[in-house]
Amino acid sequence: MKTVIIDYGAGNLFSVQTALHRLGVRPVVSCDGREIRSADRIIFPGVGQASAAMERLRSSGLDRIIPSLEQPVLGICLGMQLLCAFTEEEETCGLGVFPLQVEKIREAEKVPHMGWNRISGLQSGLFEGVAESEWMYFVHSYCVPDNAYTIARCDYHRPFAAAIRRENFYGCQFHPEKSSRSGERILWNFIYGKIA
Amino acid sequence: MDVRDGRTVKGVHFLNLRDAGDVVELATGYSEAGADELVFLDITASREKRHTMLEWVERVAQVITIPFTVGGGISSEHDVEALLKKGADKISVNSSALADPGLIERLAYSFGRQCVVVAVDACEKAGVWEVYSHGGRQPAGRELFDWVREVEERGAGELLFTSMDHDGSRQGFACDALRRLAEQCAIPLIASGGAGSPADFYDAFTRGKADAVLAAGIFHYGEITIREVKQYLQEKGVTVRL
Repeated sequence: MKTVIIDYGAGNLFSVQTALHRLGVRPVVSCDGREIRSADRIIFPGVGQASAAMERLRSSGLDRIIPSLEQPVLGICLGMQLLCAFTEEEETCGLGVFPLQVEKIREAEKVPHMGWNRISGLQSGLFEGVAESEWMYFVHSYCVPDNAYTIARCDYHRPFAAAIRRENFYGCQFHPEKSSRSGERILWNFIYGKIA
Repeated sequence: MDVRDGRTVKGVHFLNLRDAGDVVELATGYSEAGADELVFLDITASREKRHTMLEWVERVAQVITIPFTVGGGISSEHDVEALLKKGADKISVNSSALADPGLIERLAYSFGRQCVVVAVDACEKAGVWEVYSHGGRQPAGRELFDWVREVEERGAGELLFTSMDHDGSRQGFACDALRRLAEQCAIPLIASGGAGSPADFYDAFTRGKADAVLAAGIFHYGEITIREVKQYLQEKGVTVRL
């Protein structure tokens, strides 16, 4: 099972990489289109600012490659948000895989939302073996409202989509690579599980 | 965890450091035992020993499955970048921010506010909370609540407050000061210094209004487990990840 982590200079690839190592997966870290297309599983991470990240995706041509992928793709945190059509963060257009808008969290006094929260309404093979209301670790200032593609919900002063899915594309707002054993299970499911 | 040369140490009132074990071993244990986050402060992070710090940070990142913060001797974007590359999720600054408050802004700008924790050590003298730098050894000439206001304005993502009088005492947290900080701050407040019993944690959350509680000594020596503390908190109605 060839797993590629997309490296576009945004964020903490090391955490995802070491989490996969713990599962016995040796991911390839790459920004090369051919390498990415040849993968069985693709992880699209991201931490940082949306506009800067989109700029890097455009300049490397990844903005065209990513939406055309047919293998399972998992966007994590900013990666999930960039898979959407638009984000309020610096009024940035995303990759448009999900016809969704990413909104700023305005309801909470403390933003970014940082810490452990429960996810519920789990509806995908991605969550096989993960208990309903399990705790996941979040770090974000923007969120995707609950929508038709939601496969897990969360609540932080407002309800929002903790995870979304459209065909082969998955996104999770939380960091599975930082969410203890249950987060590891989600990564395991993405790599080895019946998610198709 | 206070770390010196890759070993975890623990003092009382910031003094008399005792060895508490290998940092990677302890980190693995706590990650498995239900800690929500780990904080490492390298207390001898001199320039020459920088590589030692990066080396254990990388080893910690490889084994634990929860977020962690690293502090000690960080004074530039370059230092932070090196630590984040080794797998740290957040960094913490203390003395260097007091010496150069603009550092907080620069780090928040370069790496995002969520990654910048500012640690503040203070103790109460005749009714005034004075901030100390250099591991509690030097008065910084700043008043706690005033400094914390500045820290937040400059872009800190979290505040880690340690009451030096309470640290290592096992007599409970500085709940009155915590509460004032919590009322003043719109960033997460982590209480540190003084954990002795599960009830102390409960007080820090309820009376002190802390968003999170940090403890070291009572867990290092196995007197009480993280699970016991969390079970107690849950019974008392505090939401915890168990």
